[in-house]
Amino acid sequence: MATIRIDNVKKRFGQTEVIHGVDIDINDGEFIVIVGPSGCGKSTLLRMVAGLETVTSGEVQIHGKRVNELEPMDRNIAMVFQNYALYPHMSVFDNMAYGLKIAGTAKAEIAERVDKAAQMLQLGDYLDRKPRQLSGGQRQRVAMGRAIVRKPAVFLFDEPLSNLDAKLRVQMRLEIKALQRDLGITSLYVTHDQVEAMTLADRMVVMNAGVAEQIGAPMDVYQDPRTMFVGGFIGSPPMNFLQLRQASDDSMRLPPQIADRIEKAEGPVTVGVRPEHLSLDANGEARFSGRLRYVEPLGAETLVHLVTEGGEQITVRQDGIAQLPEAGSQCVMSSAAEHICLFGKDGARID
Amino acid sequence: MEKRVIFKGWLLPLLLLTPQVVVTAVFFFWPAGQAVWQSLFIPDPFGLKSQFVGLGNFEFLLRDPFYRASFVTTAVFSLLVTAVSMGVALYLAVLADRLIKGAGTYRTLLIWPYAVAPAVAGVLWLFMFNTRVGVVSWYLGLLGYDWNHVLNGGEAMGLVVVASAWGRISYNFLFFLAGLQAIPRSVIEAAAIDGAHFWTRFRTIVFPLLSPVTFFLLVVNIVYAFFETFGVIHTITSGGPQQSTTILVYKVYADGFVGQDLGSSAAQSVILLIVVGILTVIQFKFIERRVHY
Repeated sequence: MATIRIDNVKKRFGQTEVIHGVDIDINDGEFIVIVGPSGCGKSTLLRMVAGLETVTSGEVQIHGKRVNELEPMDRNIAMVFQNYALYPHMSVFDNMAYGLKIAGTAKAEIAERVDKAAQMLQLGDYLDRKPRQLSGGQRQRVAMGRAIVRKPAVFLFDEPLSNLDAKLRVQMRLEIKALQRDLGITSLYVTHDQVEAMTLADRMVVMNAGVAEQIGAPMDVYQDPRTMFVGGFIGSPPMNFLQLRQASDDSMRLPPQIADRIEKAEGPVTVGVRPEHLSLDANGEARFSGRLRYVEPLGAETLVHLVTEGGEQITVRQDGIAQLPEAGSQCVMSSAAEHICLFGKDGARID
Repeated sequence: MEKRVIFKGWLLPLLLLTPQVVVTAVFFFWPAGQAVWQSLFIPDPFGLKSQFVGLGNFEFLLRDPFYRASFVTTAVFSLLVTAVSMGVALYLAVLADRLIKGAGTYRTLLIWPYAVAPAVAGVLWLFMFNTRVGVVSWYLGLLGYDWNHVLNGGEAMGLVVVASAWGRISYNFLFFLAGLQAIPRSVIEAAAIDGAHFWTRFRTIVFPLLSPVTFFLLVVNIVYAFFETFGVIHTITSGGPQQSTTILVYKVYADGFVGQDLGSSAAQSVILLIVVGILTVIQFKFIERRVHY
């Protein structure tokens, strides 16, 4: 049970600054997911919380105590690594018992705690096996078990599912979520997969180029992206972006309340709208036109790709299997005014 | 996964095998066969004719106190050389593995001694420890210690061990360092988070994971100590004082080419062959079982 506070944390490798001051406050028992593209600094941030990287400036607190100078072992944390990092020469039992043995826990208690964790993770039959005799999913479970038995204050996950196949990933995702709920241990989870982030997180942190662009509950972040990056990164297919040359050109007709806001803004404005908020009709207040390029029917949904006169791509998501015009024909799309997001020249929302 | 290639005829596979077989035959089976044959004879002092004595050479050797002493000397010598060269190399490799800055330079400098031929290394150490003009023995003299490996058997043994191990450290270091760097970083980090301090990690994680390398080096180093240290011993002590540094392979040379007792020399090399064979079997049978691949 612990809170975590990351206070204006920066990281420099030599001359290059990779994390430019991140603030996150994590409540007791909360599941926080840090999501972002590769190289955005999310793993580095996690490793600083773990104590595997030094903090260049700023402060990391666990349960109200500054831990910047503490060794990993003194922070009362457990970490699950992307490649599982199991000890290859030890049995599953010894892997899970390793931390307890070092801490000098009594043998009987070690056996009891490992057995309990093994039961929870359905590893009971594999305790004598070596990691190389296990499947990917089982190894992942052993890594989780090793974290659980120590009863840490904080769980840290570094892309734990990226080495699994797609089906197993979905299953393990649910298991991790359920486990975290049951144990109620504060968790920090790093991933590049936005679906993982959306499904697991109580709150998510979207990182880009060493900056936390937005922190919030998954649905808030989805519905109300504060920057163009967040709108483009969260959601699949991503948000459509259209550069606005003038308030109303031929390919875009915006309602007056939006046009007003654009008038007031300085510099060029980008209009963002999610694919599922567009439909191929003229019923909404904000209208766009484009030429249909191709259609991706996926069964449950149909993705329609269009291109505007200015050469910008637009994707429209239709439910089910839709009746559509021929490729190459000119189409009208529209959306309700409240679904339109406006971004200023620095990529931040203007409302 | 086993890969098998199926050939249609006999000619091509034979042809492909020939080079290996020829090399082994010419450089191993032929001389080894000659040694076995020769060990059954005693040649006259001028090498004009030889007399068949059966296992007489072996009988004589096994009763010879000098020969039995040489066995003990060899055991002590090779154990010390292996322990010193591997121990120091492992220590240096662990330090080098932790280095971030200047690691390249450090490694390069550590590898240099390997380029020095054993005989040259022997002369080098001989100069440093020369009882009259050696730098080290002079300093030892200042400290009140009278270094004289020419008279003192223990000091002589110490000197040849150090000289033999020295050049070997580089070689072992390279393998240990490669082995250390092959251990995934995250496994070490996981152990650190699990609460293991540096030496606990080394004992419980790093060393077990390094065991294939250690095992390989153990075999290679013992074989080295048995055979290739000839140059060092020849230049520094010539087996003395009082045969205290006469290892088996040196005795083969001394009895055969200096003492001109070719029959005994041949018998000794046959025994040496058997000893090395047994050692290798023991190593693979018993030690390899405890190795985690």
